[in-house]
Amino acid sequence: MLPWRRLHGLLRPVLGAPSCAELNRRPCRTSGWFSTRSLSSGKPLRRDIFKGNKKAAEALPGSSWTPFEINPGLPPEMSDIVIVGGGVVGWSIAYWLKKKESRRGGVRVVVVERDPTYSRASTVLSAGGIRQQFSLPENIHLSLASADFMRNINEHLGVLNEDPVDLQFNHSGYLFLASEGVAHIMEENYKTQSDAGAKVRLLSASQLKHKFPWINTDGVVLASYGLENEGWLDPWMLLNAFRRKALSMGVIQCHGEVTDFKYSIQVLRNADGEEVTLKSVKSVKVQMPNSLEYQPVECAIVVNAAGAFSGKLTEMLEVGVGYGMNEIPLPVEPRKRFVFVVHCPDGPGLDSPFLIDYSGVYFRREGLGGNYICGASPEESKEPDVGDLEVDHQFFEENVWPSLASRVPAFEKLKVCSSWAGFYDYNTFDQNGIIGLHPNIRNMYLATGFSGHGLQHSPAVGRAVAELILNGKYQTLDLSAFSFRRIMKQEPVMERNIV
Amino acid sequence: MAANMSACLLALHRCCQYPALALVARRQWSSSPAPPPLHRRLLLFLTQQYSDIEMLISWSSRRTRKQLHKKNVYYGYTESFYGRDVASAYFVLRMKGTFRYVGQSEWYGADQRNKLGLFEDWEFLNYKERQLEEVDLSDTEINYTGLSNIEVQRSLKTLKVSHCPEVDDWFLEKLHIFEDTLEELDISHCPRITIGGLAALRNLKGLKRLNVSSLAKISNPGLVIILLEEMLPQCDITATGYKLDLDPVMDNEEEEEEEEMEKEKNLFQRWR
Repeated sequence: MLPWRRLHGLLRPVLGAPSCAELNRRPCRTSGWFSTRSLSSGKPLRRDIFKGNKKAAEALPGSSWTPFEINPGLPPEMSDIVIVGGGVVGWSIAYWLKKKESRRGGVRVVVVERDPTYSRASTVLSAGGIRQQFSLPENIHLSLASADFMRNINEHLGVLNEDPVDLQFNHSGYLFLASEGVAHIMEENYKTQSDAGAKVRLLSASQLKHKFPWINTDGVVLASYGLENEGWLDPWMLLNAFRRKALSMGVIQCHGEVTDFKYSIQVLRNADGEEVTLKSVKSVKVQMPNSLEYQPVECAIVVNAAGAFSGKLTEMLEVGVGYGMNEIPLPVEPRKRFVFVVHCPDGPGLDSPFLIDYSGVYFRREGLGGNYICGASPEESKEPDVGDLEVDHQFFEENVWPSLASRVPAFEKLKVCSSWAGFYDYNTFDQNGIIGLHPNIRNMYLATGFSGHGLQHSPAVGRAVAELILNGKYQTLDLSAFSFRRIMKQEPVMERNIV
Repeated sequence: MAANMSACLLALHRCCQYPALALVARRQWSSSPAPPPLHRRLLLFLTQQYSDIEMLISWSSRRTRKQLHKKNVYYGYTESFYGRDVASAYFVLRMKGTFRYVGQSEWYGADQRNKLGLFEDWEFLNYKERQLEEVDLSDTEINYTGLSNIEVQRSLKTLKVSHCPEVDDWFLEKLHIFEDTLEELDISHCPRITIGGLAALRNLKGLKRLNVSSLAKISNPGLVIILLEEMLPQCDITATGYKLDLDPVMDNEEEEEEEEMEKEKNLFQRWR
């Protein structure tokens, strides 16, 4: 019976139409016909053959199988947007790009970060403060928007089935102290800040003494104290929250170093007859760590969020050298800053704000065990070498401790427990962020040069850059004051700080 | 037998490598067009369908958030009709809280509700210029935004927000608006308050009584309470429901509270 049936089964499709006899038999056999078919011994054999075919097909070009051991960390060959620099600004831009894309998977975003441990990254080596006490309205609005983002962080960066984000935010305001020479600047800044909507209060020396009895008010004429949206947070938490959310939204992460660009040059003439070069990046060469392997990533847009090393990145495009002599290089360079952790049991405790003295020294509380973080900016002529991240302990003895102890007498007795150094992405032109397109590079967006406030402005800057890329213009906050144009025109936008 | 077979396979594998050298190495996110077979496309389609469930969940959580926002929205409409004080009072009543006017002894809103939880006594609409002195918003969903409704109460002396799941550090930070008047604050059993928010209470220098019992997120309560007492020297701080290492003998009552705290913590986690 069985062989016959098998033959019949084979013949059936060949014959096409069922025979007369079969048609007559059909009403009573329909159900049995199909159920017995599965017993056919030919099927497993056929399946094996197909399996073999499949294996053969997989080995052919156009399939994903390969005998090579492929580095899974390699970036894709093609991407819409490549973000160079996986710091907090880079990941924030990646998040906002995915958030603003018109449909799911609308843009392919790759974030390239050379150091997955973030051992030299400015983000995690910062003191982590956020403040509204700036003099430029743009900076104040950036801080306000970022504080609003952090307040609702779980609405923005919460991932389904994961723990809620805890930024470890410490709500202790900034306290700026001003001497007689700079008090008028503080008053002007206070006016700008209040107009922008920041909650700041001015204190006279006696009010200051009453509010913070542990401060030595000698030489202090005026102080400004932030009441809301100021404090400090754990930078690592913010970075990871951005990264986790962006990855969950489909951003591709790649650990490698951008070593070269492939670009085309167009030479144009302006109205005065001068030659103007216009470059456009075709692909980004991503070198894998500890290997010779690399991958060129073709892309439409590059975002330069490499922080302290963003100046170096544009140098790879030969901006300002060789053929592009008349181009303006990116004025961002690394500057080393030291952070010292001191233990002082008699210190101000939970009462301590983020204090910034007019001498340039700052300190804040770290944890609850009587530890404090302090530091200062060195003079322009005494900038430390940026080749490594070594800490100069002499700097603490000479520049930080004397001012600190004279301001807060309790710090006469302290012990340095630990210290580290980190890089500022220092904008040598005017110490403010550079956001937007580079005039000589057609498709490179800059988001760098924040000179110490990149972390606190990262949520709002990411949104602004995403708007610039996807909408072509700013929609929520107008940051055109921070465009590269000001460097071309040689009109610095300076922050009028009292420090 | 097995060894023989594996050796055979290895040889085969090595053989395969030579012709494969000529092939294009393919990788994960390769972008060259290679349409997957039909069944794989179907699977892809189905997984995309399943991610709609994820979308549904996120949609529902967005809806809850929206409702919360709606509850805490600024009562500008009421304010434009009846004035700021009535708007504050109406907000407190809508949140199912209670309040006491300046110079009155009885609480408003406590027993003026019907079975549906709606208040029936609309008398408060007539007190346009009367400020609130005490506000009890315990067990409500008040959050940072909702606080802007009672911001205008310049004679507020007592604020109770215990058992509020939405009261967080940003809420505590904003309390500086009552710094001249606020004397009593109850933030016990709020699962989202951390030490970072308690540090912001330093602005409330007039505070006389503070209740920080059973805050689930505080890891070392003993130290925190000492630091709080240092920061607010004239303030009487109540802190129960913590297992302090200093006294190993624990009362039954405390144990119960401990359990309650644990329960709350779980509830909070589930609620998140």
